[in-house]
Amino acid sequence: MPVKTIDEINEKILEGKAVVVTAEEMIDIVEENGSKKAAKMVDVVTTGTFGAMCSSGAFINFGHSNPPIRMTKVWLNDVMAYAGLAAVDAYIGATELSQTQGMLYGGAHVIEDFIAGKDIKLYAESYGTDCYPRKNITTTINKNNVNQAFMFNPRNCYQNYPAATNSSDKTIYTYMGTLLPQFGNITYCTSGQLSPLLNDPEYRTIGIGTRIFIGGTQGYVSFQGTQHDPGQERMANGTPISSSGTLTLIGDLKNMSTDYIRAATYEKYGTSLFVGVGIPIPILDEDMAIKTAISDKDIVTNIVDKSGKTSFSQAASYQELRSGFVTINGNRIPTAPLSSMVKAREIADLLKTQIKNGDFLLTKPVEQLPTGKERLKKLDVRGD
Amino acid sequence: MKKIKVNLTFPPTMVTFPLMTLLVREYMLEVNILNADVRLNRTGKLVVELLGKEEDIDNALEFIQGEGIKCHIFNGTLSIEEDKCIHCGACTTVCPSHALQIEQPDFYLTFNKEKCLVCGLCIKACPLRILHLDHREIEE
Repeated sequence: MPVKTIDEINEKILEGKAVVVTAEEMIDIVEENGSKKAAKMVDVVTTGTFGAMCSSGAFINFGHSNPPIRMTKVWLNDVMAYAGLAAVDAYIGATELSQTQGMLYGGAHVIEDFIAGKDIKLYAESYGTDCYPRKNITTTINKNNVNQAFMFNPRNCYQNYPAATNSSDKTIYTYMGTLLPQFGNITYCTSGQLSPLLNDPEYRTIGIGTRIFIGGTQGYVSFQGTQHDPGQERMANGTPISSSGTLTLIGDLKNMSTDYIRAATYEKYGTSLFVGVGIPIPILDEDMAIKTAISDKDIVTNIVDKSGKTSFSQAASYQELRSGFVTINGNRIPTAPLSSMVKAREIADLLKTQIKNGDFLLTKPVEQLPTGKERLKKLDVRGD
Repeated sequence: MKKIKVNLTFPPTMVTFPLMTLLVREYMLEVNILNADVRLNRTGKLVVELLGKEEDIDNALEFIQGEGIKCHIFNGTLSIEEDKCIHCGACTTVCPSHALQIEQPDFYLTFNKEKCLVCGLCIKACPLRILHLDHREIEE
């Protein structure tokens, strides 16, 4: 039975009466009061995450020059941006590498520099047309002299992700960090009990159109993310045992802060972007109180061999992974995180403050995210 | 008495050379192996702490370099641009001595200078590239 609606919660927020807690605070509240009472006590639970999310990038409209150009190839600080769009639109992706600095600078760094307000060198080429005669342009852009600039990330907020290890005899360099030989370490990447989609595992309240905190400003869930895979095997508590749901997110780049968006370089892998995201979850009923009270001991993931040499797989809870060691084949293997809990907590706390102050209202999804059982397709290598 | 941390790089032909024994026997040094990567017919790496009389240490370093073993003395420490750190933990994945750790329950990055082997593995493991190692090099 519903306890309250999103409209009722928003009225309470505007009256300054809403009870807002973080997903970590909710664990103790439900334990002390029971889920039924907690559902009546608490109106909103805030979540947070701050991890490297490769499927991130931004659209920028540069404005028209005189004479005008239909940009066909675009570079921002020597990083290629995709320009197969209208005349002066381009998409800069986080993982595109600099043609002069290699892996030390990429699309992610362009995005961070743009948010920081720095000037960015724009070089563009064209074949020239009757309506757009100019064939090249060199100038500088920044967040004050372009038109629209918005982050559009096709896959963020992965609902759980496998932890990584390496069975081979060589150190391997991956997007899951540096993995030492012979099961030398294990890395994992999640904010676990504070993670948005692990606190709404069945996507009851997070859906298309949901207002979110992204990169220091307010943005939205635009769609299911790429590789959204709701059919993943799940625990009795609803959380998936490995990678599952994802979100496509959008937000105004000009209003973001480098406190919550940071560029990354992973050795011998490439660049990526740390994206800070926080999503509020309305406590509509007892079920949402139970779901948001999830803790690291109740969330598991698979540890997989990133060397590709073996099909090794072992389940571990995030409580075990966070303890610093997990035992594999009788050996204590050191574990290390890749996603910042410090920043995730900062985001969940900031979102809590914004909602309490009436600066952030909750939304009912325009559409729910898919919950079907169909699994992801593989890419077959077909002959001619 | 003097104590130094040294990174020794052995050419493949010198990997079987019993250097540590000689340092103890001939130069009266106390040797503490902090990190080793030794395999037959491959370039070998050793990070060691040497304790002894200044004169003995100087003579030992001269001997080591005379044998064709490359020698880097670490006389600096690891520095972290703390204001830029996001406490992700990527540096802790490679730290062999757990000098760099993400500590529960706060999950902040902590650095224990005493435990640091100055091996430098963390520098490239940091996705923000905000760790730095200052060291003086004594080349052959």
